[in-house]
Amino acid sequence: MKPAQSSIVGSLRYSPLWGVAAVFLSIIGMVETFAAREVVAGVLSFGVALLLFTGIAAGFQAARLAGTGRRVQVSAPPRVLWTGLLAGALAGLIVGAMVAALVGLSILADLRRIFVNASPGLFLLLTNGEGVAGAYWPVLAGAAAGVLGAGVALLGADQRHPLVVGLSALLVLSLFQDLLDPLFYSAAPLTAVRDVLFAFSGLSPLGAAIVFALSAGGALLWRRCGATARAWYGGLHAAPRRGLRLAALVILIGLLIVLPIAAGPFVATVLVLVGLYALMGLGLNVVVGFAGLLDLGYVAFFAIGAYTTALLTSTGTHGIAEISFWAAVPIAMAMSLLAGVLLGIPVLGIRGDYLAIATLGFGEIIRLLVLSDFLRPWLGGSQGVLAVPKPALGAFELGGPGEIFYLTLASCAILVFVATRLRNSRLGRAWMAMREDEDVAQAMGINLVNTKLLAFGLGATFGGLSGAIFAVLVGSVFPHSFQLLISINVLALIIVGGMGSMPGVIVGALVLVGLPELLREFSDFRFLVYGAALVYMMRRRPEGLWPAATIRRELHTAE
Amino acid sequence: MLWGIRIGILLVVVLGTIGTVTAGHYPARTWIDLVIFGLSQGSVYALIALGYTMVYGILRMINFAHGEVFMGGAYTAYFVADALAAGGDLQRHPILSLMLVLLVAMVTSTVLAVLLERIAYRPLRDAPRLVPLITAIGASFFLQYAFRGLYGSGFRAYPEAEILRGSWEIFGIAILKTQAVVLVAAVLMMAGLYWFVMHSRTGTAMRAVSEDKEAAALMGIDVNRVIVITFAVGGAMAGAAGFLYALVFKQVHFFMGFIPGIKAFTAAVLGGIGNIPGAMVGGVLLGLLESIGPILFLDGLGIVAPYQLKDVIAFTMLVFVLIFRPSGLLGERLAEKKA
Repeated sequence: MKPAQSSIVGSLRYSPLWGVAAVFLSIIGMVETFAAREVVAGVLSFGVALLLFTGIAAGFQAARLAGTGRRVQVSAPPRVLWTGLLAGALAGLIVGAMVAALVGLSILADLRRIFVNASPGLFLLLTNGEGVAGAYWPVLAGAAAGVLGAGVALLGADQRHPLVVGLSALLVLSLFQDLLDPLFYSAAPLTAVRDVLFAFSGLSPLGAAIVFALSAGGALLWRRCGATARAWYGGLHAAPRRGLRLAALVILIGLLIVLPIAAGPFVATVLVLVGLYALMGLGLNVVVGFAGLLDLGYVAFFAIGAYTTALLTSTGTHGIAEISFWAAVPIAMAMSLLAGVLLGIPVLGIRGDYLAIATLGFGEIIRLLVLSDFLRPWLGGSQGVLAVPKPALGAFELGGPGEIFYLTLASCAILVFVATRLRNSRLGRAWMAMREDEDVAQAMGINLVNTKLLAFGLGATFGGLSGAIFAVLVGSVFPHSFQLLISINVLALIIVGGMGSMPGVIVGALVLVGLPELLREFSDFRFLVYGAALVYMMRRRPEGLWPAATIRRELHTAE
Repeated sequence: MLWGIRIGILLVVVLGTIGTVTAGHYPARTWIDLVIFGLSQGSVYALIALGYTMVYGILRMINFAHGEVFMGGAYTAYFVADALAAGGDLQRHPILSLMLVLLVAMVTSTVLAVLLERIAYRPLRDAPRLVPLITAIGASFFLQYAFRGLYGSGFRAYPEAEILRGSWEIFGIAILKTQAVVLVAAVLMMAGLYWFVMHSRTGTAMRAVSEDKEAAALMGIDVNRVIVITFAVGGAMAGAAGFLYALVFKQVHFFMGFIPGIKAFTAAVLGGIGNIPGAMVGGVLLGLLESIGPILFLDGLGIVAPYQLKDVIAFTMLVFVLIFRPSGLLGERLAEKKA
């Protein structure tokens, strides 16, 4: 039995890291904040789920390592099974013990002097309401979570996959409960369904069972029959296949049109934001993804579009023309185009990281100038430009976020089309040649100056359109809306989505803008999670969520 | 076009300077104060810039999260300073206490920098260049909000040591004691670093790795170790900068690393990124430009509230250095590296 023992000890080498994670999550207040929301009413809160997850993950990892370091199946000899479970339990125990140590520390020293979130409420939560006397609770729970994690690790993929899908469905449904509510209350039969599934906060125990059974069952079914369905689709002729795809597209568009009406103004506003970021992403994608010019000052064009629209249409003190939105948009886009070319000229000779920094400098200069008292008589300084009227179509005013969403959606559709055509054009091929190697591209007869300036200019135009819509969405424009953070977010979303890929931009915008906005109640932690997710994502999947075909090929042949 | 820009900038500078000098609103006293403030601010920038420049020299990547390393050190050391002040030690043994605070700041920042390298950069050393840039941005967010979660989102006032209050009279010029200490400490620190890089064995290895990683590895240099040491040294400098920054501005905040981080990066580029003396010169120059620039160049042109535009001057400087002399003031002209 000696080797098994030593392999158990060795398998615990990463467990303290999970313990550190658990203590960290507790002490920054994430556990306590998340505990206010229930996954399953009266049974499990998000905070507890978060803590248990660290234990489960530690157990899962230890069980994997305690086997031969590879996957272990239930069909494995019982000795491996017991070793795995024991390793899991010990790993969970370590995590729990570290949390218990935190509880112990809270009596010895006043942690709150330094760690503002180490509140009494947190320690009551960690000890199941018993205070310090209940310090055994995290240890027990940790060990149990560890065994659970080990159990999951020992299951075959056929059983594990549906389990994970089922549990994820529980988390997602309870997390988005507030957003689903308006949908459920829109019709009487749906309301009845809601009352079965949900309690006041979180899923009801019965609802949780139903959701879990349905989603896990579905996943199981897909594992069994998914291959057949795929084979059937693959066996279809081109015409019916195109028909199916068209049908899917129509359903998608239909859903997008109905969504803001059904889901209420909050979701509609979030969708508009996603759309605006997607517009910027499409523009920056032209500059960075197609032409390979790293631009960190993209927000400047967003700002120029927004300010131009605001100044031209505003009925307030700073308005200069009071023309309609539709007349202002082309001017705003032209201004952005001009700005893109003008900013492009001096930086023509700069490459790579230096270009990123130079453009970052430009972006900040624009914001600081707009903010300054120097230009205040024209641009309003920190008070901004107010009273930007909503756009109108005849007598119909696009007032609410729902209507502006359609405007954004239409703009997105047009720009996706434009960007696709650009990519497949002679200019697009020149951009990509330049991205791969400037010198070779020049030797092939590509005019680098024109090609680069067109990339900057056209990319900027997209940003200008986004800014114009932003101005009418908010109804006023302030310099504080144009932080460097926006440039960074847009860059992050096209990279997370997949460089150079248009569906990637949309997916990136949904994930990096939509999710954090929807989960606003956890706003204190959204950037924490966002940052961690960016790092994790880049380590695991550097090509992005929905990569363009060429980039994917490149990254995988390079290995 | 480029000549037009050059002439335009030159006109602004010359006309502005003439305007300000002839108007004579400001007595010599103000100018001296501004210069001294600029120097002490600039030396803090220089210390942070060292971290950027050393990492860039070796890995050819921008460590965007370096500003957060600076913040982490200063913020963590606050609690030591606070405890010392509460116990009265800060007034009884001021030098010893301040050294302790400095040590904590440097150690925290060093640990942060090394963790950053291990978690966010090392696994991606051979990835396309955009990838580590994004992890750096992600790590930067993570660190900011991790510290916010740990220590709270408010400003915290650094306790003041009695002996650093007031000013010294040097050559008939009154200099705030904190500014003098910052200046001297920063110069000492930079001199030490310069000696370390130029004359120690590890420093030689660092320079070798930054020249050519493969060749250095063939010469028996442990490249990974050198990279870790580079991050550690850069982190320690950032921690020291954090401490000095807190001495001057007397408050800490979870977001305090962002602006000095960008400024220090500007300083590093100004001096020639990858070049250690360049970072020092760039930092001091940037500090000076920021403090006297707005009044010297812009006030004379009749621009209202010129001080609001100090960052515009800093960033304009950055852009122009990149356009006209991308290798920086002290950098040698590098062969164009493939991006």
